[in-house]
Amino acid sequence: MSKDIWVLAETKDGKVRKITHELLTKASELAAKSGAGVSAILIGHNVASLAQDLAHYGANKVYVADHESLNTYTTDGYTNVIAGLLKENQAGTFLTGTTANGKDLTPRVAVRLEAGAISDATELDCDAEGKMTAVRPIYAGKAFEKVTFSGFPQIIEVRSNSFIAKDADESKTAEIINVTPNLGEVRTKVTATKVSSGDKIELTEADIIVSGGRGLKGPENLYLVSDLAKAMGAAQGASRAIVDAGWIDYDYQVGQTGKVVSPNLYLACGISGAIQHLAGMSSSKIIVAINKDADAPIFKVADYGIVGDVFQILPALTAEVNKTKAH
Amino acid sequence: MNIVVCLKQTPDTEAKIVVQANGKDVEKDKFKYIMSSYDELAVEEGIKLKEKFGGTVTVVTVGTTKTHETLRSALAMGADSAIQIWDDSLENIDSYVTAKLLAKAIKNQGFDIVLCGQKAIDTGASLVGGMVAEMLSIPQVYLVTKLEAVDETKLLAHRQIEGGEEVIEVSLPVLITAQRGLNTPRYIKLPDIMKAKKKELKTLGLSDLGFSVADVASKVNVVEITLPPAKKAGKIFTNGESDVAELVKLLREEAKVI
Ligand SMILES: Cc1cc2nc3c(=O)[nH]c(=O)nc-3n(C[C@H](O)[C@H](O)[C@H](O)COP(=O)(O)OP(=O)(O)OC[C@H]3O[C@@H](n4cnc5c(N)ncnc54)[C@H](O)[C@@H]3O)c2cc1C
Ligand SMILES: Nc1ncnc2c1ncn2[C@@H]1O[C@H](COP(=O)(O)O)[C@@H](O)[C@H]1O
Repeated sequence: MSKDIWVLAETKDGKVRKITHELLTKASELAAKSGAGVSAILIGHNVASLAQDLAHYGANKVYVADHESLNTYTTDGYTNVIAGLLKENQAGTFLTGTTANGKDLTPRVAVRLEAGAISDATELDCDAEGKMTAVRPIYAGKAFEKVTFSGFPQIIEVRSNSFIAKDADESKTAEIINVTPNLGEVRTKVTATKVSSGDKIELTEADIIVSGGRGLKGPENLYLVSDLAKAMGAAQGASRAIVDAGWIDYDYQVGQTGKVVSPNLYLACGISGAIQHLAGMSSSKIIVAINKDADAPIFKVADYGIVGDVFQILPALTAEVNKTKAH
Repeated sequence: MNIVVCLKQTPDTEAKIVVQANGKDVEKDKFKYIMSSYDELAVEEGIKLKEKFGGTVTVVTVGTTKTHETLRSALAMGADSAIQIWDDSLENIDSYVTAKLLAKAIKNQGFDIVLCGQKAIDTGASLVGGMVAEMLSIPQVYLVTKLEAVDETKLLAHRQIEGGEEVIEVSLPVLITAQRGLNTPRYIKLPDIMKAKKKELKTLGLSDLGFSVADVASKVNVVEITLPPAKKAGKIFTNGESDVAELVKLLREEAKVI
C-alpha cells in the first residue's frame, strides 16, 4: 500500500468543478505532511485537456480515462474504472466530494477495495504515516464526530466548501497517464436527462446563498429574494414551507430533507429557523437573518440580523449592494 | 416479487443531543425514537410494489430490541415479516459492518428488489445502501424520486441529480435508495397495529449469519463526539431599513464575505 492520496476530479460544462480544486488543495497540504504524492482521476469524455488544470491545484499525476462511453455517468462504469485504478496503484487514500456522483460511487468503491469509508467530512488531518483523522457532522449538525481508520485504504467523501481552494499555480505540471478504461458490464441505462437550468449556481457549491421562506407571503414576491441573490452573485434557496406550498421547486430546498449547504454567507429572509432548516445550513460561516419577529429562532444562530419587514429590507439591501458594487 | 427494505430506528429530529462523560458516545436513553424518515418512504414503496405485483415485503434492521417498536410500525404499514439483527459487540459499528450484516441477511432471505433510505437521519452518511448493493453484486439507483415498474423484471427509476433528474432503466435484482418525493407514507390505522402483532418478527445473532466477533470489526472508529461551539450572540439591528447600510458595511469590512 502506498501513502498516496487520490482525488476524484469532477467536471461540469467543460470545466473542473470547484469541489475538485478544494480537494486537490487539501490533498497536497496533507501529502506534504506524510511525504505522499497526489494523484487525480480525470474521468469522462472530452476532458483530457483539463489535466493540467488539476496540476495547477496540486496533482502530481493525472490518470486520464477519457472515452465516449464515459460521457454519461453510470454507477457500474465509473466504479469499475475508478476502483480498478485505485487497486492497481495501491492508493492509500481516496477523496471524493459529496456530489451526486461522489455519493453514488463512494460506497461501492469502498467495498470493492474492502476499505473503510466516511462521508461529509468537514475537517481532515493526517499523521506522518498518512493515517487520516476526519470530523463529520452527525444528528443533522447537532453534534460532530471525530473518526479514524483501522487501516488502509481510507475512503473519504468531503463536503463542498469545507476547504478553500488556493489560487492556481500555472507553473506546476503533472505527469499524465492515459488509461484505456475498462467499464465492464454496465447494468443501468440512462434513458432521459432533464436539467432545469444550466447557468444556475449549484446550491451546495455556492459561496453566498439567499433563501426565502413563508415570510415572503406568496410566490409572486420571490423576486425580492432572486433580485438580491443576483445582486450578490448568490444562489437562491428556500425553506421547506414554501417548497411544500408549491411556490418553488424542491431543488431549492435547504434543510434536513433538502440540501445541506455551507456557504461563506447565508441570508435567511422570512424564515423562522426551524431545527430542520438549521440542519441544512448551520455550518455556514456567516448567517444573516431578516425576520419581523425578534424572537424567531433564526436569530439565535445569526451572526447579523435585522428585525424588520422583508418587503422593506430586501429591496433596500439589493439597492445598497448594487450601490457599493458600483463604487 | 421478493422485496426487502432496510430500515433504521433513529432519534427524532427534535432530539436534544447530550454527549456522554467518556466523550465518545451520546446519551441514547433519553431519545424519542422514530423510523428514519427516508426509510419510511422505502417501506411505503415496497408495499406499493407488493400491491402491484404480489410477493412479500421483509423489513430488516440492525439494532437492539428497542427497534421492535419501529419494526412493528413497518408491519402495521403492510410489511409481511421483520428481521432484527443484534449482538452486543455491534454497539458502535461503522457503515461497512452494518452493510455486511444487512447484505448477509438479505441474501439468506432472497430478494428481487432491495429498498433503503437515501440516508439515515442520524448518521447522514448515505453509505450503507451502496455498500449493500456492492456486497450483493447488484446494480443500484440512488436518490430515487419516482419509481415506475415496467413489469416484474424491469424498472424505470427517476434519480435526482444536481439541478435536475435522470431516468434510469434497470432490470431486477436492484437496490433503490428513497429520496423525498417518492411517495407519501400511509397512515397507520388501529386494526393494522393489532394485525401487525401477529406477524413474524425474527431475531438473528451473529452466529445465525455465520459471523464471528472478528468479522464485525469496524474499519472506521469514533474517537470523539463534540457539540458545536456555542455561537456568540449576533449583532441584531432593530431599526429596519435604516440599518441596511450598516449591515452591508459589516458584511464587507468585518465578516469579509461580500
Ligand atoms: C421531518 C421533517 C423534515 C423537515 N425538513 C425541512 C427542511 O429540509 N427544510 C426546511 O426548511 N424545513 C423542513 N421542515 C419544516 C420545518 O419544521 C418548518 O416548518 C419550515 O422550515 C418553516 O419554513 P419557514 O421558516 O419558511 O416558515 P415559518 O415557520 O412559517 O416562518 C415564517 C417566518 O417569516 C417571518 N415573517 C412573516 N412575515 C414576514 C415579513 N413580512 N417580513 C419578515 N419576516 C416575516 C415570521 O416571523 C416567521 O418567522 C421539516 C419538518 C419535518 C417535520
Ligand atoms: N442499522 C441499520 N439497520 C437497517 N438499515 C440501515 C441501518 N443503517 C443504515 N441502514 C439503511 O441504509 C440507509 C442509509 O444509511 P446511512 O448510510 O447510515 O446514511 C438507511 O436509510 C437504511 O435504509
